[in-house]
Amino acid sequence: MLDIQNVFKTFNAGTVNEKVALKGLNLHLNEGDFVTVIGGNGAGKSTMLNCVAGVYPVEEGTISIGGVDVTGMPEHKRAQFIGRVFQDPMMGTAATMQIEENLALAARRGKSRFLRSGITKEEREVYREELKILGLGLEDRMTAKVGLLSGGQRQALTLLMATLQKPQLLLLDEHTAALDPKTAAKVLEVTQKIVEQDHLTTLMITHNMRDAIAYGNRLVMMYDGHVVVDVSGEEKKNLTVEQLLNLFSRASGSDEVNDKLLLA
Amino acid sequence: MASFLNALPGAVTQGLIWGIMAIGLFITYKLLDLSDLTVDGSFCTGGAVCVMMMAAGFNVWIALLAAVAAGMLAGLVTGFFHTKCGIPAILAGILTQLGLWSVNLAIMDMKANQPLNVNKYNVVLSIRYLEEVQYGLRPIWEHPALTVVLFTAVIIAILYWFFGTELGASIRATGANSKMARAQGINTNFNKVLGLAISNGLVALSGALLSQYQGFAEINMGRGAIVIGLASIIIGEVTFGKLFRNFGLRLLAVSLGAVIYYIVIQLVISLLEINTNYLKLISALIVAVFLAVPFWRKRYLPKKKKEGQHA
Repeated sequence: MLDIQNVFKTFNAGTVNEKVALKGLNLHLNEGDFVTVIGGNGAGKSTMLNCVAGVYPVEEGTISIGGVDVTGMPEHKRAQFIGRVFQDPMMGTAATMQIEENLALAARRGKSRFLRSGITKEEREVYREELKILGLGLEDRMTAKVGLLSGGQRQALTLLMATLQKPQLLLLDEHTAALDPKTAAKVLEVTQKIVEQDHLTTLMITHNMRDAIAYGNRLVMMYDGHVVVDVSGEEKKNLTVEQLLNLFSRASGSDEVNDKLLLA
Repeated sequence: MASFLNALPGAVTQGLIWGIMAIGLFITYKLLDLSDLTVDGSFCTGGAVCVMMMAAGFNVWIALLAAVAAGMLAGLVTGFFHTKCGIPAILAGILTQLGLWSVNLAIMDMKANQPLNVNKYNVVLSIRYLEEVQYGLRPIWEHPALTVVLFTAVIIAILYWFFGTELGASIRATGANSKMARAQGINTNFNKVLGLAISNGLVALSGALLSQYQGFAEINMGRGAIVIGLASIIIGEVTFGKLFRNFGLRLLAVSLGAVIYYIVIQLVISLLEINTNYLKLISALIVAVFLAVPFWRKRYLPKKKKEGQHA
């Protein structure tokens, strides 16, 4: 479904702040894979997601989604394949627009937008039903401005928006990191529900090792711009946090990074 | 006071005309979150194109349409500078505005001033109609203020419809959160260019109406337009913000803001009998005050609710 081949990405090339974020990254996702991604700060997790989404162009390598080479495709065109939820709850929604307007925008992802009505009556009914799934009572506040919602509510809404049009690929960039533990758990639960229900191919970055083990069918660990650990199936199910740390220090060839990874 | 009351209908009409310009500016400043300085130039472009077209014998409506098209082209150029050349929006607007000064002169046959004789041409409104209505020489419905109200109403209706469509909503999303907009498959660059074009089309229309109203187009007629536009938006918001939440009403508030602005200016001129050369200075100060009021209110007058909580 997703094929990342030998991708290189450098920031601030040619300056003292030069940072090679991705160094020949290879990753292949099968249809229906739910992959959790972990790694310390600067490992290249977010850069990978942003390169896949088209936020940054890559210097080398190719990225294809569902067999379509999207390497040179602009971000807004790639959006037809991709649903995204960001780390910052403010990022995924338009605060000054209503809940239903945000959903209507998301429902038209990948479609051309002309002078048809921005939102129809039938749509509203669909959204009301979809909002009920979140269990946050948003279905009764559909004309409220999104700016009035809490971070958790906005993140849940963004998740719904990302999956309203079934995406070929769902990208979750630490989407629960900015939430309190209780809300984070709730959003993760909804994530699991939606991903399972629609059999979505998903890449989820997380800083929480327990979540990384508990969710998805495959776990990928990144270090220094490429994938160093890749476990799936039974092996992943039986993983413990300790084993994960051992795997990581072996892969990165150092013990001290343990703390870095844990504290990150 | 008598001189003020006499001048009131004129001030209201002027305010309404500039209100159309301010509505155009509202699209870039409020909806797209861009500060577009093109308007100082495109306002004059509208007036120049309208006057020259009419002088060349074209029908007034065709002249108005041409003015709108010329304004949209100016917006397109700013949009090109901004999205395709990576120039910050505010600088892109300044560049277009500067370039337009020469273009506007060229349109006006290299003259700084081009008259439009009301007796010779069939204009939609004129300052002369003000008195003629007053003395009963013309029916009341030909009052220039009424004409502009009609224009404003049609413009607000069209914009209300347009910003409710898929395309219009995507423009609003572009201004509200461009990152989110792109993630939802919206071409934010295209939308910015489109918004700039629509905005400057309205600005040019406003300039065209003013040139007909005053009976000439002049190279400096748009100078300070951005300030008047911002003033109208802010005055409208400060005055009607709590009342007018609906999008159409917010546009109406902008138009009313422009009217209030011109009434205040007229009041200052009539009561203080100030030399009109000081108008720009007064304008700048009035706008500064209206911009400062919300800031001061926040800073020096803490909200009462919070005080209650502390007690």
